[in-house]
Amino acid sequence: MTPVAITMMIIALLTIWGGLALAMWNLARHPEDEDQLPAPEEMPHEL
Amino acid sequence: MTKSPIAGAGAAAPARRETFSSRKLFILSAIGSAVGLGNIWRFPYVAYENGGGAFLVPYLVALLCAGIPLLFLDYSIGHRFRGSAPLSYRRLHRAAEPLGWWQVLICFVIAIYYAAIIAWAAMYTWFSVTQAWGDDAEGFFFTNYLQSAPEAGLSFDYVSNVFFPMLAVWIVAIVIMVAGVNKGISRANAVFLPLLVVMFVILVVQSLFLEGAMEGLNAFFTPEWAALKNPSVWAAAFGHIFFSLSVAFGIMVTYSSYLKRKTDLTGSGMVVAFANSGFEILAGIGVFAALGFMAVASGTAVDEVASGGIGLAFVAFPTIVSEAPFGAVLGVLFFGSLVFAGLTSLISILEVIVAAFQDKLGWSRKVATLAVTIPIALISLILFPTTTGIHLLDTSDAFVNQFGILACALVTVIVVSAGLSSLPRLQKHLNKTSTIKMGVGWRVVVGGIVPVALGYMLINEIQTKSTEQYSGYPAWFNGVFGWGMAGALIVGAVLLSLIPWSEKSRLHDAEYDEFNEAAERDGDVDNNREKVQS
Repeated sequence: MTPVAITMMIIALLTIWGGLALAMWNLARHPEDEDQLPAPEEMPHEL
Repeated sequence: MTKSPIAGAGAAAPARRETFSSRKLFILSAIGSAVGLGNIWRFPYVAYENGGGAFLVPYLVALLCAGIPLLFLDYSIGHRFRGSAPLSYRRLHRAAEPLGWWQVLICFVIAIYYAAIIAWAAMYTWFSVTQAWGDDAEGFFFTNYLQSAPEAGLSFDYVSNVFFPMLAVWIVAIVIMVAGVNKGISRANAVFLPLLVVMFVILVVQSLFLEGAMEGLNAFFTPEWAALKNPSVWAAAFGHIFFSLSVAFGIMVTYSSYLKRKTDLTGSGMVVAFANSGFEILAGIGVFAALGFMAVASGTAVDEVASGGIGLAFVAFPTIVSEAPFGAVLGVLFFGSLVFAGLTSLISILEVIVAAFQDKLGWSRKVATLAVTIPIALISLILFPTTTGIHLLDTSDAFVNQFGILACALVTVIVVSAGLSSLPRLQKHLNKTSTIKMGVGWRVVVGGIVPVALGYMLINEIQTKSTEQYSGYPAWFNGVFGWGMAGALIVGAVLLSLIPWSEKSRLHDAEYDEFNEAAERDGDVDNNREKVQS
């Protein structure tokens, strides 16, 4: 593989799978138990 | 995990709405729906054709600026109004009910041909062991296996090798659907999705060890930056993301209506969207590594063997299976993956239809499922395992995608944003329990960028399909099964909306009324209340 192709592959994997890892980490930080949902002030700011 | 108090409730009064017993099962089911045949056989070729590695840029922009915001729109409608697509849109506004039925009818058309592709893939899993296609995969598929008629038309000459696998697919699907949301859909996804991922990862690893795999990956990831100046590349990215995420045709509205009241909608949606894209990238690597092997084995360049869709799955891949070391294993993994990816998507498509009739007519789960899925299975088995099945599938697929899903999505976002001004209300609902907050940007994207992107794609498609006959089929054939079918979906949607909601229906649901009152106490006020009541 050429260096530019390898670079693009790494960027693609990092952004997509990295995004998945971040999304899963965010979900894991907020358990689904209704009573344990974070109060609004604890939540991250708007996108 | 908490126990569901809902599943299996009686049918005398409107039974309590089923719920996914855990958020994890909802996410698995939503990923199972989003990851379908398109992830495996469409994404790799779309990416390769539209700039290779450079396609990542429009792809990510489309994912963040159209796919995920639309996914959240579906979640907010389904979860706020707690119903199937017709009921949710009806609760949003009385006049919006046809949007829901339009989505239901789109799902009906997709379901009847989707089962045929799963059946082909199931047969090819076995053919991979016997290598039944010999040295002519293309001739075998069209002539020997499908016994495809030379002219497009409507034949009733049945092909037993297609009919019986299709029958099996329908039996499996109906059994899963009858069992309900928790015992059927959740369990099926909890088994099939991990199985799909494991099989596909093994397939990718095996492909990467084939001679020529690096040439394939080189072709797939080498960026062609000039492509980014081409509007059609951006349209391809938006189009792909839109179809890949299963948004705007009722599935995500229906699934999110089965979520518990306090659920992190946006946090869950992010996992679903990125898992879907993560699988696509994996598919791109696996498919192009295999195509690289095919190119090296036949002494040609990768661009001469690259293909997508049916050509990739049933012509290129069998050729690879015949030539690769341990090819039978590769074939079983590839076609088995198609079967599992297809089944989990078919289940979600059927759920849109079952839930709609269950809500409107107040039927029990079992009655609604049997009354809906058996006729669908019969229509599917009458039309598609025939010598003209592939032509019918080709035209129905092309037209239902463009003039069903795309057109319906465009109308829906315009109605919900500009027509009913419902975005602030839905945004408030999303933010109430979700961890990732939606701001004004979400409303701008859904009400502004998405309609422009969808409108551009739709106009392009109308121009293309009205200036030349799709696939070279006769005008009457595309007229009836393409344009006519797409038009009939709209007429049918209006007619189904005219059927009154009975006293038994879920429109009269004390559980929802209580939920609605609580939402309104929190400031979720319907701007159109007066219009609705009048």
